[in-house]
Amino acid sequence: MNALLRLVVPGLLVLLAACTTPRGTGDMGVVIERASGSLAIVETTHDSRLGSVTGLGDLSHASVVYSRDGRYAYIFGRDGGLTKVDILTETIAKRIIQSGNSIGGAISQDGKLVAVSNYTPGGVRVFNADTLQPVADIPAVYGTDGKRSKVVGLVDAPDQRFVFSLYDAGEIWIADFSQGATPAITRFKNIGKQPYDGLISPDGRYYIAGLFGEDGMALLDLWHPQQGVKRILNHYGRGQRKLPVYKMPHLEGWAMTEEYAFLPSVGHYEVLVVKRNNWQQKAAIPVHGQPVFVMARPDGHQIWVNFAHPRNDTVQVIDTESLKIIKTLKPGKAVLHMEFTPRGEQVWISARDSNQVTVYDTRTFEVIATLPMDKPSGIFFTDRAHKTGL
Amino acid sequence: MARGLVVTGLLFVALSVSADEVSAPRRDELRNLLLQDCGSCHGMTMKGGLGPALTPQALQGKDREMLVVTILQGRPGTPMPPWQGMLSRADVEWLVDSLYQGVTP
Ligand code: HEC
Repeated sequence: MNALLRLVVPGLLVLLAACTTPRGTGDMGVVIERASGSLAIVETTHDSRLGSVTGLGDLSHASVVYSRDGRYAYIFGRDGGLTKVDILTETIAKRIIQSGNSIGGAISQDGKLVAVSNYTPGGVRVFNADTLQPVADIPAVYGTDGKRSKVVGLVDAPDQRFVFSLYDAGEIWIADFSQGATPAITRFKNIGKQPYDGLISPDGRYYIAGLFGEDGMALLDLWHPQQGVKRILNHYGRGQRKLPVYKMPHLEGWAMTEEYAFLPSVGHYEVLVVKRNNWQQKAAIPVHGQPVFVMARPDGHQIWVNFAHPRNDTVQVIDTESLKIIKTLKPGKAVLHMEFTPRGEQVWISARDSNQVTVYDTRTFEVIATLPMDKPSGIFFTDRAHKTGL
Repeated sequence: MARGLVVTGLLFVALSVSADEVSAPRRDELRNLLLQDCGSCHGMTMKGGLGPALTPQALQGKDREMLVVTILQGRPGTPMPPWQGMLSRADVEWLVDSLYQGVTP
């Protein structure tokens, strides 16, 4: 017995030393390094890079969702690749090429389904989150001759639904998986020309598609889908000359306070402020350029905005009470994305052509840290795991 | 024989003109613009996105002048924006010729 212990105990100690200390993932995240097709794994407690995962294919315009345990990141790449990365072991758990050309994805309310929206062939494909085995295929067929539309603005919604927009068709679809693997599809036609992206309110009630081809936005109340899609901000920008848009705005996340929602305008250097109770425009705040991301600090007190090429070296901060710009920052060349820490004391900002991510204190606007990265684009923290629509 | 010489001479002139117009550092800038900024709509590998594929296969048989004008003036009613003001005609011709040959990140 004693002899056995003497043999086993040192063995166990060696094993324990080989494993790293267990850790949670709540302060972790990933940054897409676009040019090299790799993923930087980072943490926000000491603002450091923990490691990298490579071999993820074409990551231009890549986006990420998380498993509900915050351990796995699902990466949607431009080349149709869907990769499940274990951010703790820094390894690829599974990788499939699911289509020719994809744009984004979502994870279902129960965490069991991962949906991918595709440009070619246009549609949505749904996979088992665990195994990445195919579950359902939803071709975005419209009109009478079997044409397929590019799909944009795919989000998850309560009651095990996915909602998305058809760019070429001008439609919004709901795919309801509450009854199992064969979704019930609800189609809303003539919602407006060229929806380019969509977003859902944090409570999962309202879906909004931004329209490129005409003024205004399309609003769907998911508590009452039978009421159909309403046009909001219809008169916005009417008669004003539109400026060219060198990068499509992104409607990821929902910048809103108790009273207002903040949205990027298209073809105008303005952030739109909409009253939440009646969806009427309250103001248009002039900003530095064509807004790309309009994001609220988690407490709703500030809105952070970045801009399209060629005015993309700047970030502006709007105070949500006065609706005034309170700060203009220059985080580097080609600012692509911003991500707040879960409670918003920091924001991480990627500057692609400066090859760095800058971490700002959102109270003092001081730089806390800079991390060198290879053409960084999207930044995604694990608190997204528990947020509808992210 | 004399003809051959003249043709070679002309080719040489044409080549040196385009090389003069788009300097080496400018070409680097344009390459980055093509991959990153055009890439945000056309894909960094030019295989298409919101905008169509701009691979050599996709552009095969398409008129050079039509493509140049599309880039300079954009396509009204679509997200393809006009780049004139930011890019010169020589820049755009260089971009189109690079696309015909194929660009890789
Ligand atoms: C905001 C999105 C966007 C950006 C940025 C963009 N394009 Fe486009 N581009 C499009 C769309 C959409 C079309 C298709 C227009 C149509 O429907 O006819 C297009 C069409 C084209 C065409 C015509 C292709 C054909 O087969 O007729 C060329 C060439 C082109 N783009 C080149 C470029 C270049 C070069 C850049 C960068 C300097 C660029 N584009 C940037 C969206 C974009």
